[in-house]
Amino acid sequence: MQAVRPPWMERPSRLSNAGKAVLLAVVCIIVIYPFLSVIATSLANQEDVTNGGGMVLWPQHPSLAAYKTIFSGGAVANSLWVSVGITVVGTLASVTVTAMLAYSISRPIVGGRVILVMALLTLLFPPGIIPSYLMVKQLGLLNTYAALIVPVVLNAFNLVVLRQFFINIPQELTDSARMDGAGDVTILLRIVLPLSKAVLAVIALFYAVTTYWNSFFQALLYINDNAKWPLQLVARAYVLQGSPILGSVAYSVGGGPPPPPTQAIQMAVVVVAILPILVVYPFLQKYFTQGVLSGAIKG
Amino acid sequence: MARERSVGVLNSAIAAESDEWPRTTTATATPVRRQQQSFLSRVKRDKTMLLLALPGVLYLLIFVYIPQLGNIIAFQNYIAFQGFDSPFVGFDNFRQLFATPQFWNAVNNTIQISLLQLILYFPAPIGLALVLNGLISTGLRRFVQSVVYLPHFISWVIIVALFQQMLGGTGLVANLMRAVGLPATNFLGVPALFKWMMTVQVIWKDTGWGTIIYLAALLSIDATLYEAAAVDGAGRWRRFLHVTLPGLVGITILLLILRLGTILSVGFEQILLQRDGVGEQAGEVLDTFVYYYGVAGGQWSLAATAGLIKGIVGLVIVLGANKVAHVFGSDGVLS
Repeated sequence: MQAVRPPWMERPSRLSNAGKAVLLAVVCIIVIYPFLSVIATSLANQEDVTNGGGMVLWPQHPSLAAYKTIFSGGAVANSLWVSVGITVVGTLASVTVTAMLAYSISRPIVGGRVILVMALLTLLFPPGIIPSYLMVKQLGLLNTYAALIVPVVLNAFNLVVLRQFFINIPQELTDSARMDGAGDVTILLRIVLPLSKAVLAVIALFYAVTTYWNSFFQALLYINDNAKWPLQLVARAYVLQGSPILGSVAYSVGGGPPPPPTQAIQMAVVVVAILPILVVYPFLQKYFTQGVLSGAIKG
Repeated sequence: MARERSVGVLNSAIAAESDEWPRTTTATATPVRRQQQSFLSRVKRDKTMLLLALPGVLYLLIFVYIPQLGNIIAFQNYIAFQGFDSPFVGFDNFRQLFATPQFWNAVNNTIQISLLQLILYFPAPIGLALVLNGLISTGLRRFVQSVVYLPHFISWVIIVALFQQMLGGTGLVANLMRAVGLPATNFLGVPALFKWMMTVQVIWKDTGWGTIIYLAALLSIDATLYEAAAVDGAGRWRRFLHVTLPGLVGITILLLILRLGTILSVGFEQILLQRDGVGEQAGEVLDTFVYYYGVAGGQWSLAATAGLIKGIVGLVIVLGANKVAHVFGSDGVLS
């Protein structure tokens, strides 16, 4: 896709073109390089790591041993299931609650304005760490998976985006359905939601990635039992704090191939934490670059 | 109407609403008829919709508004088994907090990191958006956008790991330094560099993502303005000065106000993860102070007091900055 330069615009000088190209290339390399390095290190063996002084630019002897180690059971594999479960259940709950509330306050219902202001004020004066913790404790949710979902189930920003989208759905569509005798719920399920698939997908992915998959502090605060830790907490313990990887059996017996280097295992954990994001990212970015969200952001 | 406006937040949402609502009235409820109905009959009319709103409203009450009441323990000597019936102590917690040097150390670090981020990070997305906007090729622009938005979706745990891989003791830069005969340094473990590292990480993570809103503002500038200016003989620079910049002022002020409101909360997860690498003196900020004194240390009342002060100061700054923005003729955040 090549846009055309409008006739009144002068051609940019060689110098400014070169400057822009260098700048953008440097920016892209700075963003991409750490990811490549992490992947390379996760595939390396002990010799590569020693030669590279702890990190690897290009593995000479690539192997998947590090991945086999973390998937052979133990804390990482377990936390992966915890994270997947929380992400799936949490995203479903969040999208449902958000869509229901956004739909109801996109219509002129009694109290709708109060509810909107209530939601928006949470952005200006969020509850503090201690009051939130005490509330979760009072409700008996400490050390439960629900504590990773319920306290963050609704995001005011996503609510506003979705509500604005619902408001912009042409009135004629819902009016004609109403003439045919459809109730509010039918209109929501049959007309509003099918028309909003794209924005619902974006909001679902936002919740999935930023609220649930990447959730670290919620878990640190509310989950003491490390058998229930989600992936981010386990990644912190193994990768940042250097705790030994527990519960992996693949290399515990003598003989067989040498165990993969610690660095490779650590970086494999990092790759596992990033991979789902890289998988859904193309769907997300399609919407950003087309400006679907920005219209809603500007309200 | 004016009164209703004054309680509004984020004027765009509210303003859009008051303009749109007459359009969205249903056949059964014209604006005139609505005013004649009593509150109860309106509740009855909207009962399905209110039921749909119920889970979300309950969430807001239970996890946002009722916890705010929990701030009362800032005025109590909170003892866990007594709960909210703990004895009231007036402003004792505030006095004790202000006499705690670690608190002032945390305030000092927070403000230093915040200001550094304000100066170095805040303008970065504007610059990148201007460069991206200047690209004629849409394909190239979309490619760069796809790349630079990505770090926003990576968790802080992983970002810290990536930075250790680059700037840590066995990282890329340390290896390069060793190769040229310099002592290898773990940049993430030097207390004096801590606030710079926190700023660099934020720049890496969110500069790309931050461009979205500026790109939207740049796209919404009427192209005929540029054409007219060019026809009138304005060059690149004059067009930038008189068309592009005025188109960015509104959104920049809005984001600046919101940013100022969070001046006392610098990246909590980010700093919690790295505080131990440099120690409390250089690495403690207000949010980590609240966490370590309250949740980890059991000094609930003291920690809640610090959190409450932080929230109130943030709110006051937003309202104050909004007032200043009004004086200078901008819409600001609140209408």
